[in-house]
Amino acid sequence: MISTYSTLATAVSTQAEHGGQVAVEATGIYSWTWLLIAFPLLGAAVLLLGGRRTDRIGHLVGTVASSLSFVMGVVLFVAMLGEGDAERAFTLDLWEWFNAGGYQVEVSLLLDQLSMAFVLLITGVGSLIHVYSIGYMEHDERRRRFFGYLNLFVAAMLLLVLAADYLILFIGWEGVGLASYLLIGFWQHKPSAAVAAKKAFVVNRVGDMGMVLAVASMLAVFGSSSYSLVFANAENASTGWLTAIGLFLLLAACGKSAQFPLQSWLLDAMEGPTPVSALIHAATMVTAGVYLVVRSAAIYDLAPDARTAVVIVGAITLLMGAIIGCAKDDIKKALAGSTMSQIGYMMLAAGLGPAGYAFAIFHLLTHGFFKANMFLGAGSVMHGMNDEVDMRKFGGLRVAMPVTFATFAMGYLAIIGIPPFAGYFSKDRIIEAAFAENWVYGICALLGAGITAFYMTRVMLMTFFGARRWKQSEPPHESPSVMTVPLVVLAVLSVVGGAGLLYLTGDIVQWLAPVTGEAHHDLPMPLALLVTLTLLTVLAGVAVAWGMYGRKAIREDVPAGNPLTVAARRDLYGDAFNEAVLMRPGQYLTRSLVYVENRGVDGAVVGTATAVGGLSSRLRRWQTGFVRSYALTMFAGVGFVVVAMLLVRLP
Amino acid sequence: MTAPTLEYAELAPLITVFGAAVIGVLIEAFVPRRARHTVQVVLALLALVASLVQVIALAGTEVVAAVGAVVIDGPALFLQGTILVLSIISIAFFAERKLEAGGDAFAPAASSLPGSDEERVLVRERRLQTEIYPLMLFAVAGMMLFPAANDLLIMFIALEVLSLPLYLMCGMARRRRLLSHEAALKYFLLGAFSSAVFLFGSAFVYGFAGSLRFSEISTALTTEIGKEGLLLSGVGLMAVGLLFKVGAVPFHAWTPDVYQGAPTPVTAFMAACTKLAAFGAMVRLFYVAFGGVRSDWQPMLWAVAIATMVVGAVVALTQTDIKRMLAYSSIAHAGFVLTALVAADQTATAAILFYLATYGIATLGAFAVVTLVRDSGGEATHLSKWAGLGKRSPIVAGTFALFLLAFAGIPMTSGFVGKLSVFAAAIDGGATPLVIVGVLASAVAAFFYVRVIVLMFFSAPAEEGPTVAVPSVWTTVGISLGAAATLLLGLVPGPLLDLAQQAAVFVR
Repeated sequence: MISTYSTLATAVSTQAEHGGQVAVEATGIYSWTWLLIAFPLLGAAVLLLGGRRTDRIGHLVGTVASSLSFVMGVVLFVAMLGEGDAERAFTLDLWEWFNAGGYQVEVSLLLDQLSMAFVLLITGVGSLIHVYSIGYMEHDERRRRFFGYLNLFVAAMLLLVLAADYLILFIGWEGVGLASYLLIGFWQHKPSAAVAAKKAFVVNRVGDMGMVLAVASMLAVFGSSSYSLVFANAENASTGWLTAIGLFLLLAACGKSAQFPLQSWLLDAMEGPTPVSALIHAATMVTAGVYLVVRSAAIYDLAPDARTAVVIVGAITLLMGAIIGCAKDDIKKALAGSTMSQIGYMMLAAGLGPAGYAFAIFHLLTHGFFKANMFLGAGSVMHGMNDEVDMRKFGGLRVAMPVTFATFAMGYLAIIGIPPFAGYFSKDRIIEAAFAENWVYGICALLGAGITAFYMTRVMLMTFFGARRWKQSEPPHESPSVMTVPLVVLAVLSVVGGAGLLYLTGDIVQWLAPVTGEAHHDLPMPLALLVTLTLLTVLAGVAVAWGMYGRKAIREDVPAGNPLTVAARRDLYGDAFNEAVLMRPGQYLTRSLVYVENRGVDGAVVGTATAVGGLSSRLRRWQTGFVRSYALTMFAGVGFVVVAMLLVRLP
Repeated sequence: MTAPTLEYAELAPLITVFGAAVIGVLIEAFVPRRARHTVQVVLALLALVASLVQVIALAGTEVVAAVGAVVIDGPALFLQGTILVLSIISIAFFAERKLEAGGDAFAPAASSLPGSDEERVLVRERRLQTEIYPLMLFAVAGMMLFPAANDLLIMFIALEVLSLPLYLMCGMARRRRLLSHEAALKYFLLGAFSSAVFLFGSAFVYGFAGSLRFSEISTALTTEIGKEGLLLSGVGLMAVGLLFKVGAVPFHAWTPDVYQGAPTPVTAFMAACTKLAAFGAMVRLFYVAFGGVRSDWQPMLWAVAIATMVVGAVVALTQTDIKRMLAYSSIAHAGFVLTALVAADQTATAAILFYLATYGIATLGAFAVVTLVRDSGGEATHLSKWAGLGKRSPIVAGTFALFLLAFAGIPMTSGFVGKLSVFAAAIDGGATPLVIVGVLASAVAAFFYVRVIVLMFFSAPAEEGPTVAVPSVWTTVGISLGAAATLLLGLVPGPLLDLAQQAAVFVR
C-alpha cells in the first residue's frame, strides 16, 4: 500500500495526465461544460415529475433537451479545435461532494479529447434517435415517460464520460444502468420484458460489484478515486494492486458491455423498444466498458496481465457474439449478437494498450453510427410489419421499403468492412494491431470479420431479398419521414464516418493521442497483404451466406440445424452456464445459509427468548392477586433489606 | 416558647395547592351540583398554574424554611415544577367527558353497587363525582411537599398526604368497579403496611440521632459511635417505605394490580407523579441525611436495582394487558433510576431529575392513549385487541409507538437521553456492573415495546376490534403535549439537561 498523504501532495503538484497532457482549470466556454448534462437532466425532471400535464409536448421537450446538449457539444468541440494539440483537457470543479476521513470527492468534470468524442456520439446519435422515436412511439400512450427515460439516460451517460473521479463516474454508471433497466422493461405488461429487465439488472449488479471493488482498491492504494491522483500515482503502486484494479475494472466493463462471461443479458434486452436497442444497447451504453478501459489506460499500461485478460475477454466475446448472430432468426437478436461481437473487437483493441486504445475508440464511434443505423432500420422494418421480428417471415422488403433498405445497406457495407465504408477503416486498424501483437489475436479478429460478413449478409438477404414470405393483407409500408430522416443521416455517417474521422477533421488517432498515448507496431507481413487477406475473408463470408440464403429459398419453419447452430440459437448456452455455475450454487448457498440461520442463529436467539419467556411465566406466578401473599413478599423483602444493611458492617 | 416563623413567600406554591384543595372541599358543600364540575376544574387548573408560576419565580432559591422542616432548593423546585406540569396535563385527562357518553372516567358515586338501581339513576342523571379534584389537589400538595421535606416527620406526613387521596381515587372507576375497588383496597393495605415500616425506620433513626432533622442526622453519623445497628436498621426500614412507593422489587407487587384496576387517568397521574415525588424524597433522604453511610446502603440498593430491572423487564414479556405491561415497564424504569441513585453525586441527581421528567411525561401520554382505544366494555386493554390499530388509526397508533420507543430508549426520543444520562452517571459512580444489567434489561424491555408496535402496524386488525374514540380538546392537547415533549427532549435535550444540572444541588 502506497497510500500516504505526502504522495498525494506531490501528485497534486505534478498532476501529470496520461499521455503527457496536463488538464487545466476550465475557463470561458469550457466552464459551461456542465450544461451538457444539465439540459437532458432538466428534460428528464420536467417529463418525469411533470406528470400528465406534459403528455402532449413530452416528445418535443425530450428532443429539444437532447438537441440543445448536442449543440453545446458542437460548440465545445469547435472551441477545442482551436486549442493546441496537447492543450485540450479541461477540468471543471463544481463543488465538494464530501470530505471525510481523508477521502475527498469533488464533483468535477473532465472534458478532453476522449470525452469530447463520446459527448458528440451520445448527443448526436442520441438526438437522432429522439427524433426517430417521435415517430416510432407515436401510438404509445406512455410516450412522455419514454422520452423522460431517454433524457435521463443521456444525462447519466454524459456524466459517465465527463466525470473526473471514478466515484462520480460510478453515479453515471448506475444512472445508465437504471435507465437501461427502465427502458428494457418499458413494456412492462409483457412478462418477457419484465424478466429481461430484471435479468439485465441482476447481471449488471455483478459488474457493478467489480466497480465498487475497483474504487475501494483505489481508495486503499491511492487514498483517492480522482483520475488525476490515481493516474499520477499509478507508477508508485505495486503491480499486484494495479492488476487487481485492472481486473476489477474489467469485471465492471464486462457487465456493462455484455462481454463474456456477463454477456447473457444483452440478447434478452432486445425486449425494449427498438430505439432503446439502438441508443443504449448498441451505440452508447454498452460501449461504456470500452470507455472505462481506455480511460484507465494509465492503470492498464502498468498491468500487462490485466491487459491480457481484456484481450482474451474481447477475443472470446467477438467470436461468441458472431456465432450467436449467425443462428438467430429474430432480426434484433441477430443485431444484438453482432453488437456483442463488435464490442469484443473494441475490447480486444483496448487490451492491446497504447497501440490499440485509439483504434478501440475509433471503431466505437463508427460502430455507433452504423449499428444505430441498422437497429433503427430494423425498427423501421418492424414498424411496417406490425412488430414482426422473425426474419423468416420477411423477404423482398427492398421494394416495399426503399429508404429503409438503402440506409440499412449502407450500415451493412460498413459493418462487414467494405472500403470505403466506415467500418473498413476502423476494423482494419484493429485487425492490424491484433496481428502486430500476436498471431492468435490476429486470426481471431480475422475470423470474426469473416463470420460478421456471413451473418450480416444473412440478415440482409433474409430481410430485403428473396421471396416475400409475409402474409399480412396490406403490404408493408415505408416509415414516415420523421423516422427515415434520422436513418438517412446515420446512413451518411456510416458511409463517410470512417474516412471522415481519419482524414476530414484530422486524424482521430492523433486527436486522441494526448489522452491514450501512442505506440507504433510492426506488422509481421506487408500491410497490403493483410488488407487483401481481410477483404478475401469478408468476401468468403458473403459468398457462403449467399450460397446458403441467396440462391436457395428460405424455409419458413426453423430447420433442425447442426449442433453448433443449435448451441448458437441458445446463446451458446450462456444462460445454462449461468444457471449451472452461478444460480444453482447460489441457491444452494442461500438455502444452506437459511438453514444455518434457522437452526443456528435463530436457535440461539429463540432459545434465549424462550428461556427468558419461561422465566417470565415463572415469575408471573408470583403475582397471585392475594394481598396476603404480597404482604408476605414485602415482609420478606423488609427482612432481606435490614439483614443486608446489617451484614455490610459485619466483616 | 416562641411561635415558629414561616417563610410564606418560599412556601407559597405549597400553600396555594393546599389552600385550593381545602376550598375544593368547601365547594362540594356549597356550590350547586350543576356548576360544581366547572368550578372544580377551573379552580384546580388555576391553583396548579398559579403554583407553577410561583415555582418558576422561585427558581434559584435556596432556603431552609419552616424552622428547618422544609427545604426549598434546586431539586425540590425542579420536582415541584415537573409535578405541577404533569398534574395540569392530568387535570385535562380527568376532565375528559367525551369518551364515556355523558360522563367521565369516574363512577358517579363510588359507594353505590355496580349495576344497582341507584347507580342507574345516577348515570341517567349524568351525575359527576367532583370530589376527585380536591382529592387530587391534596395528593399533588403531598407530592410537592415530599421531596422538599427536610425532617423525618414532615416526610412521613407528606407521604400520607399524597397516599391517602390516591387510595380513594383508585377505587373510583366508572367501568369494572370491582377491579377498581380491589385495587384501592390492595393499595391501601400494602401502603399502610409500608408506611408503618417507614415510620418504624424513622423511629430507629431518631433513636440513633436524637433528632428528626436531616442535617442533624447527617452530623450524628460521625459523632454517634456504637449505635450502628439502630441506624442501619432504620435506614433499611425507611428505604423499604420509599422503595414501595417507587415500585421497586420486592415491594412492587401492588403496582400491576393497582395500575390495572384504577381509572386510567388516575393511573397516568399516579404512575407519573408518585414516582417523581418518591424518588425526589429518596434522593434527598439518602444523599442529605444518610450520605455519610453510603457504603452501607449502596450494596442493598445494588441488589434491589438489579432485581427491579430484571423482574420488571422479564415479567412484562408475558403480560397480555396493556396497562399491566405498562405497570411492569414502570417497575423496570424504577430500576434504571435506582442505578443512578446508587452513584450518589451531583451528576446522578441531575440525571435522575431529567429522567423522571421525561419518563413522567411519556407515561402520562401513553396511559392517555390507552383511554382512547375502546370497545363496548370500556377501554380495550387486552393486547390482542390492539392488533392492526395502526391501519385503522395511524395517528393514535403512531403516537403510542412514539411513547413506546421513548420507553425503550430509542434515539431521537427523550427516553434515550434519559437512559443515557442515568447509565452514564452510574458508570461515573462506579456501578458499571449495574449498567450492564441495565442494558440487558433494556434489550429485553425493547422486545415487548416493539412487539406492541409490530402488533399495531403489521398484524391484521382484530375482528370486531375496538374503535378509537375521538376525545375532546382536553385529551387531545394533553397527548399532543406529551408527544411533542417526548420528541423535542429527544432532539434538543440540552436546555432541560442544563436546568437539571443547575438544580441538582441540595441545601443541607
